[in-house]
Amino acid sequence: MSSEADLKKTPLYDAHVAAGARMVPFAGYAMPVQYRDGVLREHLWTRESAGLFDVSHMGQAKLRGVSPLSAFEEITPGDFIGLAPGKQRYSLLLNKKGGIIDDLMASRPDDDGLFVIVNGACKDNDFRVIDDELAPQVTIERLENRALLALQGPKAAEVLAKHIPEAAGKVFMDSWATTGFGVDVLISRSGYTGEDGYEISIPASAATDVWNTLLADERVKPIGLGARDSLRLEAGLPLYGHDVDETVSPVEAALTFAVSKKRRDAQDFPGAARIVRELAEGPSRVRVGLKILSGAPAREGAEIADTDGTVVGVVTSGGFAPSLGHPIAMGFVPPALAAVGTSLNVIVRGKSGAAEVVAMPFVPNRYVRKV
Amino acid sequence: MRFTRDHEWVELNGDVATVGITAYAAEQLGDVVFVEAPDVGKVLNQGDAMAVVESVKAASDVYAPVSGEVVEANGELADAPETVNAAPEAGGWFAKIKVSDPSQVDALMDRAAYEEYLGTL
Repeated sequence: MSSEADLKKTPLYDAHVAAGARMVPFAGYAMPVQYRDGVLREHLWTRESAGLFDVSHMGQAKLRGVSPLSAFEEITPGDFIGLAPGKQRYSLLLNKKGGIIDDLMASRPDDDGLFVIVNGACKDNDFRVIDDELAPQVTIERLENRALLALQGPKAAEVLAKHIPEAAGKVFMDSWATTGFGVDVLISRSGYTGEDGYEISIPASAATDVWNTLLADERVKPIGLGARDSLRLEAGLPLYGHDVDETVSPVEAALTFAVSKKRRDAQDFPGAARIVRELAEGPSRVRVGLKILSGAPAREGAEIADTDGTVVGVVTSGGFAPSLGHPIAMGFVPPALAAVGTSLNVIVRGKSGAAEVVAMPFVPNRYVRKV
Repeated sequence: MRFTRDHEWVELNGDVATVGITAYAAEQLGDVVFVEAPDVGKVLNQGDAMAVVESVKAASDVYAPVSGEVVEANGELADAPETVNAAPEAGGWFAKIKVSDPSQVDALMDRAAYEEYLGTL
C-alpha cells in the first residue's frame, strides 16, 4: 500500500479540497470520492442536471506514425482504418489469449494521429504494451500536461454551449479539437455515466480556471468517484479491474459490439481464435445484470447461486442504485442462466437473497445520437 | 449515553442497553441504504460484529459495544434505513441488548470524552 504522501495529485487537487471533497487513494492518485452533498445526492444531481468530474488520473496520449490507425488494429478488435475524422470509438486492448488488457476510447479530434484515453490504474502498462507491439512504426506521446474533465447530465449540452457553441451540434461519439475557455481543447461528446455529456481535455495549467468557470453555472455541481461508480453501474458499463480483466474476453464481457464485423471476418486481432470460437459456440460464462429483489446489496465477490443453491458465478460489481431505489449488480454466469428473467440468488454474508437477470443498461441511457 | 472508539453509542435502562451508531459515524458513512440488524436471541461478546450498515458505496460492520443477548432489533430500519442518518442517536437505534456485565458500560466514554476523542481524529 502506498502512503498518502506517495499519492499523485491531479491539477485540481486544491480545488477538490476547497470544495469539501473527501479524498481517497485511487489509481495512485488522491481523488475525490465525494463532496459535501454525498454520493446519493451527487448521483441524482447528475441524472437531473449536470455533474462535473475530474478524471485527470486517466491516461491521455497521442499515437503518431505513418499509419497509426492501421497499426492500432494490431492490438484491438475495432475498425480503426474506418474511423472517420471527428469520430471516437470505444475499444479494447487485447492480449494474445483474447483477454482484455484495458478498455479505452480512441478518437480523431484533429489530423494529428490517434488520441487515446485509457484507465488511470492501467495506463503505465497500456502504454508499455502499445510501445512493445507497435514501435517503431507508432510513437506515443503521453499528454501528462493535460487535465481531463467530464461534464455529464441532461443539462451538460446547454451549459457547455455557452463556452463552446458548436458542442450543441455534435452527437454521441463525435470528437473534435477547438478553442474554448481561452485554451486549446480536445473534446468528445461521450462519457461513462449513461447520460449525455462531454469529456474535455485541457492544458493542466488551465484546469482550475475551467473547473471553476463550469461550476459557476448553478446547473453544475462537482461529483466524486463514488457517484461516478454508481452511475456507470446503472448504465451497465463495466469497470476495468472489477468486471473485466486479462482473463475475460470481449464475448464473455458482453462487449461484442467492440469487435467489428470486418475484423471478425478477417480474424486478424490478438486472441481472434478464441473470440471467433466464442462468438460461434458461445462462451463458458457471460456478464449479466442482476436486480436484487430481497436482502442486502450484493457487492464484488458475492457468490451467485441457482435456485437449487448451486454456486454458478460471482458478482463483479454491485451496490445500491440511487436512481432505481434498490440494489443492482453485474456478474458472470453460464449462458444457460443468462436469459433475462432467470431467477438466481446472491449470497451475502452467508444469507441468500433473491435476484433476477435483467437487461442492461439498468437505467436507459440518454446519449444524443441526432441533433 | 456512553460511546465507543468505534463510534457506537449505548444507553442503559435497567439491564437493557439500547445501542446504535453516533452522529459522527452516520455522517462519515453518508446516506445509509441498507441495515442488517442482529437477530433476536443472538448472544454477543463486546466487540463482536453485531450488525451491518451499508451506504451507496460500501458495507461497514457495527460492533457490539457491550456483551449480552439481543432482546429486540429495530425492525423499522429495514424499510427506512435513512433513519440512521436522520436520527442516529434516537430513532436510528439498531438493537436492545440485555447486558451481562453492566460495568462494561461504565468503562465507555461519556459524551465529553467522546467529543474530545473526535477532536483527535
